[in-house]
Amino acid sequence: MGYMEIIIGGIFVNNILLAQFLGNCPFLGTSKKMETAVGMAMAVVFVLVLAGVITWVLYTFFLVPYKLVYMRTIAFILVIASLVQFVEMFLKKSIPALYAGLGIFLPLITTNCAVFGACILNVDKDLNFMKTLVQSVAYAVGFGLALILFAGVRERIILARVPKPLQDTSIGLVTAGILSLTFYAFKGMI
Amino acid sequence: MLSLSAVLFMLALGAVCGTVLSVASKIFYVYEDPRIAIVEGYTASANCGGCGYAGCSAAAVAVVAGEAPPSVCIVAGPEATANIAGVMGLDPGTAESLLSYNTCTGGDRAADKFLYMGINSCQALATLHGGQRVCPVGCLGFGDCVKACAFDAIKIGAHGYPVVNEMKCVGCGACEKVCPKDIMEIKTMSQKLLHLNQYDDRIAPCQQTCPAEIDIPKYIYQTKIGDYEGAVNTIRERNPLLLSCGRVCPHPCEDKCRRGVEDEPVSINQLKRFVADHEMNTGKRLPISVAPPTGKKLAVIGGGPAGLSCAYFLRRLGHDVTIFDAMPKLGGMIRYGIPEYRLPKEVLAWETDGILNLGIEHKPNVALGRDFDIGSLIASGYDAVFLGIGAWKDYTLGVEGENLNGCYTGINFLTNFAVWQQERPHDKRPFIGKKCVVIGGGNTAIDCVRTLVRLGADEVTIVYRRTRKEMPANEVEIVAAEHEGINFTFLAAPTRVLGDEEGGVTGLEYLKMELGEPDASGRRRPVPIEGSETVIDIDMLITAIGQGPDVFFKDESKRLDEDLKLTRWNTIDSEDEIALQSSIPYIFSGGDAATGADLVVSAIGAGRRAARSIHFYLADEDITPPSKTLFGNNIPVSIFESVSGITQLPRTEMPELPVDERIKSFVEADLVITEDEALYESSRCLECCLICYNKDVA
Repeated sequence: MGYMEIIIGGIFVNNILLAQFLGNCPFLGTSKKMETAVGMAMAVVFVLVLAGVITWVLYTFFLVPYKLVYMRTIAFILVIASLVQFVEMFLKKSIPALYAGLGIFLPLITTNCAVFGACILNVDKDLNFMKTLVQSVAYAVGFGLALILFAGVRERIILARVPKPLQDTSIGLVTAGILSLTFYAFKGMI
Repeated sequence: MLSLSAVLFMLALGAVCGTVLSVASKIFYVYEDPRIAIVEGYTASANCGGCGYAGCSAAAVAVVAGEAPPSVCIVAGPEATANIAGVMGLDPGTAESLLSYNTCTGGDRAADKFLYMGINSCQALATLHGGQRVCPVGCLGFGDCVKACAFDAIKIGAHGYPVVNEMKCVGCGACEKVCPKDIMEIKTMSQKLLHLNQYDDRIAPCQQTCPAEIDIPKYIYQTKIGDYEGAVNTIRERNPLLLSCGRVCPHPCEDKCRRGVEDEPVSINQLKRFVADHEMNTGKRLPISVAPPTGKKLAVIGGGPAGLSCAYFLRRLGHDVTIFDAMPKLGGMIRYGIPEYRLPKEVLAWETDGILNLGIEHKPNVALGRDFDIGSLIASGYDAVFLGIGAWKDYTLGVEGENLNGCYTGINFLTNFAVWQQERPHDKRPFIGKKCVVIGGGNTAIDCVRTLVRLGADEVTIVYRRTRKEMPANEVEIVAAEHEGINFTFLAAPTRVLGDEEGGVTGLEYLKMELGEPDASGRRRPVPIEGSETVIDIDMLITAIGQGPDVFFKDESKRLDEDLKLTRWNTIDSEDEIALQSSIPYIFSGGDAATGADLVVSAIGAGRRAARSIHFYLADEDITPPSKTLFGNNIPVSIFESVSGITQLPRTEMPELPVDERIKSFVEADLVITEDEALYESSRCLECCLICYNKDVA
């Protein structure tokens, strides 16, 4: 599997939000405004790439040799949570500007299943380190793309005459479904 | 064995993560002001973004950096503000909570002028010819405010206009910003109390006309749905003397009632009296909210309607107020001028006690110019003075013999009698003649004759130089006087008062008149008929031909640095009749003292306007009223020639005591309507807004 395939596959074909349906809570929760959607997308890119790499190291050098693969769920969660905390502290000290830009989205990602899901997918496919890195970036970019597209649509839905029972989250889910169907068109590419 | 290695692995992983994090927290330690954490603890921790900062911790950082006020958290409320101010060592200030409210009650009953199929947004619609509603200032109803509200506090109600849930509203102002028609307003209680009717307000003709600017449709609606307490609170936003006004107001509002165009007007004042009496009869005073203290001290001179109203509003705006009054009890002309049968003094006392209960100090029996002067008030630390000294000095006829024994002037007679009745009932009763004449056609004259009848005078006559149509007294009062057997002599101008050798009055000579050309006031001028002198035998004469302020204090106030300017009618002059500031900047006036004898409700309105000016004056702000201030005028578009969709419904008549019963005593003659009648009468209200109204359902 070449890098190009991984990139196209991660962003479009196997889009983590619209094809694999992971991370739906931030998808619906932070997509009402473009501004929050962009903030969330940036934070996800940052954390997902780091988490993907670290969990790969943990999996390859500790879990597999010691035959503890069945422990990966709890181990990954612990590592991701610690990682987010660590990153928060690191950014606050070293890159205050980025810390201020990501704001409250950074701690919110601790509970984002897209991050965890991407880590699991990475190790399931037995990728090497570089491919893991590329795939993590691709997934994160795919997440950001879907979220920003969706926020753009939702900002316009506010202006439309939506029947009362369908307002807000309901029409949001319908829209997400249609968006997901459009991404289905990428299926044949790889 | 497997499980042991798993446990060991997790322990090791946990230890590594923990160690890394604790080491990191040392390495990446950033000094943070400990106050930030404390301040953040006092915020609502909702991360709602309503304050404009990215989350509560960012807001806390801003507070500690001095970039945001202690009141930054709009969700947590005033208690948190005080706590944060405590942490920061700041004065929490007199921040009152802001609340959003909708000023349009038209909604979808307002007619459409064109069909709109565009996007669902008020902003977009407003750019197209100002919106599709015929009403130029009405709500468009697409709910931009609902979308803007981050706290779910606004809903479009059943009638197509936004309804604010005050429990959820935090006063962030998002709705006000997005509304293209400026329907949504966000104001503190003080700002609402200070508002003067404007040409671009959404108000019904009755509210435009009311000198006190009471939100009449709102309190009638509250009465209709049985929310009598709400109705009382609505009236109290503009008028603290609702029990008194409910009894004595000649209700100019009813003349402009839109139902009155096709049918009889709604009996607005009866409804006011009904809810006011309802509160008094329950015996439980409704709480009246007062803004946080400002530390300013104000003197109100005169405890009449203007002074009481000014003191009440100043107190509600958070100032310390002292009322100085020359009489023993509060009420001024409505206590000592208006007779007991029109306004029972027990009722008045209940009302004035309620005003004093707000924390207003009352100094009775001290007269300006006799016991103190304005200079001494300023010297003792008062920041501004309101002069509401009323109009207590009777005009005189200027004819021969009017100082004979048995001749009185109107206010003087009423006051003497009221003081005897209220303060010294065991003393000798003031003199009452058998055959009495009262000269004049105003309310004072009517009060005099109706008082005389109750005191047992055999024959009481009103002598007035024009006809009944021109009498300035309230119509209901004239009718009541007619019922009580008063004689009226119209078109008669007194020329001489006749007396006997002992100086007692024996007769009144007058000239008969006829009506000529209309004069400046539009009333036809009475012209004397030569040689028509007539004499009536009398033993008591009261002249009640008008009154002006008694300004003797001016000569006594030597410590004023400048001269207080008066008009040629001896009323206190103010450059702007809405702002009511006198020629000395810290002195304000209102009521009869500023306008000459006028309605109680006008004095109440003036008291509020003066309170507004004083409030701004103390804050060093501009006191000039906005240029679009209505000031009793009507908005042309709201006055209709004809009103469609009205079914004739008879107006509720005011219940009265039978004549033969009421002329024997000073028991209140006008009675209150029943609850059923109030509900019926309030349902006659069309609930008008500026141009739309509810048509009667056929």
